Amino acid sequence: MQTVVSQTSPPKKSFLYDPKVRGVFYQVVLVAAVIFLFYVAATNAIENLQRAKIASGFGFLNNTAGFDVSQALIPFSAAGSTYGDAFIVGLLNTLIVSAIGIFFTTILGFVIGIARLSKNWVVAKVAMVYVEVLRNIPLLVQLLFWYIAVLGSLPQPRNSLEMGAGFYLNARGLFMARPIYASNMWILVAALLIGLVGTFLYRRWAKQQQEQTGRQYPVGKVTLGLVLGLPLLTWVVLALAGVNPISFELPRKGTFNLTGGMQILPEFVALLLGLVTYTAAFIAEVVRAGILAVSKGQTEAAGSLGLKPGQTLRLVVIPQAMRVIVPPLTSQYLNLTKNSSLAVAIGYPDLVQVFMGTVLNQTGQAIEVVVITMGVYLTISLITSFIMNIYNRRVAIVER
Amino acid sequence: MKKALVTIAFGLTASLFATAASAQATLNSVKQKGFLTCGSNTGLAGFGQPDAQGNWTGLDVDLCRAIAAAIFDDPTKVRFIPLAAKDRFTALQSGEVDVLSRNSTKTMSRDTQLGLDFPAINYFDGQGFMVRKKLGVASAKELNGASICTQQGTTTELNLADYFRANNMKYEVVAFATSDETFKAYDAGRCDAFTTDASGLYAERLRASAPDDHIVLPEIISKEPLGPAVRHGDNQWGDIVRWTHNAMLNAEELGVTKANVDQMKTSENPEIKRLLGTEGKFGEAVGLTNDWAVRVIKHVGNYGESFEKNVGEGSRLKIKRGQNALWTKGGLQYGIPVR
Repeated sequence: MQTVVSQTSPPKKSFLYDPKVRGVFYQVVLVAAVIFLFYVAATNAIENLQRAKIASGFGFLNNTAGFDVSQALIPFSAAGSTYGDAFIVGLLNTLIVSAIGIFFTTILGFVIGIARLSKNWVVAKVAMVYVEVLRNIPLLVQLLFWYIAVLGSLPQPRNSLEMGAGFYLNARGLFMARPIYASNMWILVAALLIGLVGTFLYRRWAKQQQEQTGRQYPVGKVTLGLVLGLPLLTWVVLALAGVNPISFELPRKGTFNLTGGMQILPEFVALLLGLVTYTAAFIAEVVRAGILAVSKGQTEAAGSLGLKPGQTLRLVVIPQAMRVIVPPLTSQYLNLTKNSSLAVAIGYPDLVQVFMGTVLNQTGQAIEVVVITMGVYLTISLITSFIMNIYNRRVAIVER
Repeated sequence: MKKALVTIAFGLTASLFATAASAQATLNSVKQKGFLTCGSNTGLAGFGQPDAQGNWTGLDVDLCRAIAAAIFDDPTKVRFIPLAAKDRFTALQSGEVDVLSRNSTKTMSRDTQLGLDFPAINYFDGQGFMVRKKLGVASAKELNGASICTQQGTTTELNLADYFRANNMKYEVVAFATSDETFKAYDAGRCDAFTTDASGLYAERLRASAPDDHIVLPEIISKEPLGPAVRHGDNQWGDIVRWTHNAMLNAEELGVTKANVDQMKTSENPEIKRLLGTEGKFGEAVGLTNDWAVRVIKHVGNYGESFEKNVGEGSRLKIKRGQNALWTKGGLQYGIPVR
């Protein structure tokens, strides 16, 4: 049959009946239709806005904001800042809560995920209860719980809880001493840098020694000593010499609240706690799945080579589990970032609260504001995915 | 939150794909639907609040009922859509509501840039502060360093910034999306002071866990002319809202009340005759019937009656008429003549 076909010259088909041409044709039509739809939507929207005398365009970003924000990482004032600045304030607040949240939720998630596989019955069950409770209650409810029930029941400023070392806690947040750096602060920074470089060199040397001679060196203790000990020692020496590079401004009691020092808003703490504990429950499951995916023979082989349980976990199981863990872990990071927009319910000035709340309402430019906000979340998520994909490629199994 | 997203999504889709509604369409579409959709507060005692049975009452609610009465001769043909401050204008722009009667301040930028018109002012207000008595604060000038709860997307938020800047004082603002969340946070002790329009302060104080522990400070820091808003461009619809409000004012001035409106039809006073449609064709000129004002007064009452019942001495709020008295009694409410 095949030979027959290959021998006869292909019949002259009409151009119209060529499946390849048809395929291309349909795709071109589809793309054109989609573009046309977007074009119609855009022009129609602009026309309607003009007819309704609703201002449009992005010029509003340069207008004076006129409102204040409780937490701004860049200098922000009602008089001197624009809506564009308000956008940056909101964006930075979203980014900082997401970044800190991702850091802590990773640690907590790994601890709970590993705990759930513990041979200790109590530890395993506590971890299981944590996961089942936290991931089955809506995040919004948890945020309100942290904000209203937990942080809201803290004492009023006049009865602030004094926690020592300049830390105070009350319903307005956590207050702490603010460091003020003197001009000789560079000595401390230099000490820290020396410590870091020294650690790096020592670790490289220790690894070489271990590979060549099999001798192990106390890497952990030396790292601690170099990175923490050296700057601390320098500080103590400088302080004793009477040229203290860091002094602290302590919070004092003011008319209404503590003034001076640094303040962490309860809205921020509530949001962070809610996001971290909630996402950690999912990450714990991801970690558990990853560890269970590593065949039991690997653990047994590590054991027969004489590795301790901790070493087995760290050197054999986790590296292989990471292949399974990283892709779903990325999703959880993205979820945490997007869920941070629930801040709007508890008054934390994140991007959605400041930009899609106040700015949208004061300017009335819903389309522009919503488009910018969607673009921002898309960009943040794509960047996170990109970084995680690079990491994934590094930990992925190398096919031979 | 979900509501806000729905509103915004609705607004976006509507403005993207709807062919622009023809400018004179609101009255026709309301008549076709058979009811008026009225953007209302999510719950502000005296102005717009549903009770346990879902019956809405309040000064702003009465205005919507009056419009419905003028069109349908039936004040119940209104569907109230509760809106948070930050969603209200989008809801009106997108056509989700026909009229927004939700203690909204008329300002130049809202009038000129948001595609809205404010045809009437039904309550002259100003922004004030409420604090706990035990703080020992007697004036807003003593609020330096205080943290203040406010609702975002309001003129209140902007006036607050202006006031503290003008008086060279520091403050910490804590802004929430809805009035409910804002007041709860204040009541729970998150803030030293709560700020909104003075009328709102009295209304919200009733909801505090211990209302007597709070005082309203004497300073009024802004002008807040509150009134209904409609979409820019539908002048007939704006006229209906404007003249419904004016009919209620004129009725009070002329002594026409809910109780005596039928008797008044036989009055020989030409002003009353024009108002009640026994002389002239004023109602038809705005697309209504000539007895439109009779319908409004019979079902809802005149402005004074509505005020007393909802926010005045006859209500729990006990707000004095003050600036909202008729111009003949030293106030600012001035009914434009029907002629």
